[in-house]
Amino acid sequence: MSETAVQRRPRRRIIVNKRIAPYVFLAPFVLLFVVFLIVPLIYAFDLSVFKSALVGGTRFVWFDNYKRAFTDANFWAGVGLLLKFGLMQIPVMLGFSLLFALILDSGVVYAKSFFRISFFIPYAVPAVIATLLWGYMYGPAYGPFSQLATAIGWPKPDFFNDNTILPSIANIAVWEYMGYNMIIYFAALQAIPTDHEEASLMDGAGAFIYALRIKLPMIIPTIIVTIIFSIIGTLQLFSEPYLMINLARNVINSHFTPNLYAYTLAFTGQQYNYSAAISFVLGGVVAVISYAFMLAANRGVNK
Amino acid sequence: MTIVGKTKSSPGFVRSRWLLTGVLGIYFIYTFLPLIYVITASTKTNPDLFTSFGLWFSSDFHLWQNLSDLFTIQNGIFLQWLWNTFYYALVSGLGSAVFATFAGYAFAKYDFFGKKFLFALVLGAVMIPQTALVIPIFLLLSKIGLLNTPLAVILPSLVFPPGVFLMRAYVDEAVSNEIIDAGRVDGAGEFHIFSSLAFRMLMPGVTTVFILSFVASWNNYFLPLVVLNSTEHFPVTVGLAQWYASAVSGSGGSLLFTVVMAGALVSILPVIIAFLIMQRFWQGGLGAGGVKA
Repeated sequence: MSETAVQRRPRRRIIVNKRIAPYVFLAPFVLLFVVFLIVPLIYAFDLSVFKSALVGGTRFVWFDNYKRAFTDANFWAGVGLLLKFGLMQIPVMLGFSLLFALILDSGVVYAKSFFRISFFIPYAVPAVIATLLWGYMYGPAYGPFSQLATAIGWPKPDFFNDNTILPSIANIAVWEYMGYNMIIYFAALQAIPTDHEEASLMDGAGAFIYALRIKLPMIIPTIIVTIIFSIIGTLQLFSEPYLMINLARNVINSHFTPNLYAYTLAFTGQQYNYSAAISFVLGGVVAVISYAFMLAANRGVNK
Repeated sequence: MTIVGKTKSSPGFVRSRWLLTGVLGIYFIYTFLPLIYVITASTKTNPDLFTSFGLWFSSDFHLWQNLSDLFTIQNGIFLQWLWNTFYYALVSGLGSAVFATFAGYAFAKYDFFGKKFLFALVLGAVMIPQTALVIPIFLLLSKIGLLNTPLAVILPSLVFPPGVFLMRAYVDEAVSNEIIDAGRVDGAGEFHIFSSLAFRMLMPGVTTVFILSFVASWNNYFLPLVVLNSTEHFPVTVGLAQWYASAVSGSGGSLLFTVVMAGALVSILPVIIAFLIMQRFWQGGLGAGGVKA
């Protein structure tokens, strides 16, 4: 290292100073970020303040599309449905993730790493394929649940009616993402320095209660982050209901979730302008709910 | 954890150990139900799929026939889909890992004008609904004639903001300021320090970001669904979903049901195997992201 300082190099290197270097390092990412994120957003916003009509072509309409979105029952029905979905799915999923992470971390089970890896495997399965697999399993003709019910003389369960469609989709989401969140909790728990001596003196149940009382409060910031990411993911639900349309034609309509609505408006109705406004309002809803949750969580933690 | 022999063999410990293992075992069965189903379903004939029990094999072992159908239907388009998926994921994974590493390094090791604002912008990007981005991307790509080309999927996938947070955290931990300062004292330029000192230390982090971005691209559905329309460019997700839709609606003939299952099996196996082999990387990476976030 010090040799380079003493001997002058034969070839001159491009020496970039400390001031300019960060901009050069950032340039490729920022360039792509601008081209594929900022520009499309600006373009979408631009779209959202215009309206195209068969007569008169495209004209500037200020915030008419937003006014329409704010009073659009189809859009708000979708948001309401997802809130219901989130209240059902997120606590179950994260509850399992946390429970299993605590169990694995406390070290009182057999085959720890076997379970840790097994539970993560669904994350490697694309949402499309997961929906496909569960769609088959839910099926009334060849689904194992229906087959089992028939075998013991029960009526076939219907996974695709008004009451069951949300739990049916929620189950797919829990199956997909439980392990992912569990790994995050597990890593956070492992990062806490523990008093080995103290823990070693406890029997199994004691160790688990120790984890619950002492360790759980220490990973609350991580839990808050996972809840926020789950809220964001939930409000963007698209693939699962979109793929299940054919299975549940009477229940899943074209505005079942806001993203499905925006997609339908754009690609079957060619209403790009209104679709863009819907997407922006959805973005606003996501931001408001995430922010409100963050405020509430911080207040709860600081109390 | 050093558990003393005495407590480990105490009846209380053994009992709760079995109890908790049982709890995990039940969830394990749930996790593997769909995977068992896809394995058994792809070994059946289409009539057997309807008549035999879903979670067990039927007497007629039809896997090879289903696989051969899978790879010959529509002139073997499925193999093309597999290759497309791999190719899109590989290019987006490599590109986004490298760019995220540069950006993460800049965020971690330099102070510059607009740093906080830029980082907040990248962080806020996760809240943007897919449709808000993909639909305008679709319209813009159609204006410049890139619609329905591999680039339409690859270029937007190169932007992987989670990779930037992860690398920022990783650089903070793995590369000490002393090393960078020592390099500066020795007269090395900033890029030389990065390429010959820092990058090697960052390899595990880069690998993690690569894997996460690769998987994100492998699993992506919405973007390719919108920007591609000819079957020869489809990734597996879009192709299989189309086959599935035609199987359910009955328009593609009933043969497709078992073939779709065989396709699902073939498309998830490589990723699951890769995950098992490379678990050290994703576990570390998710951990770092979660703890730091």
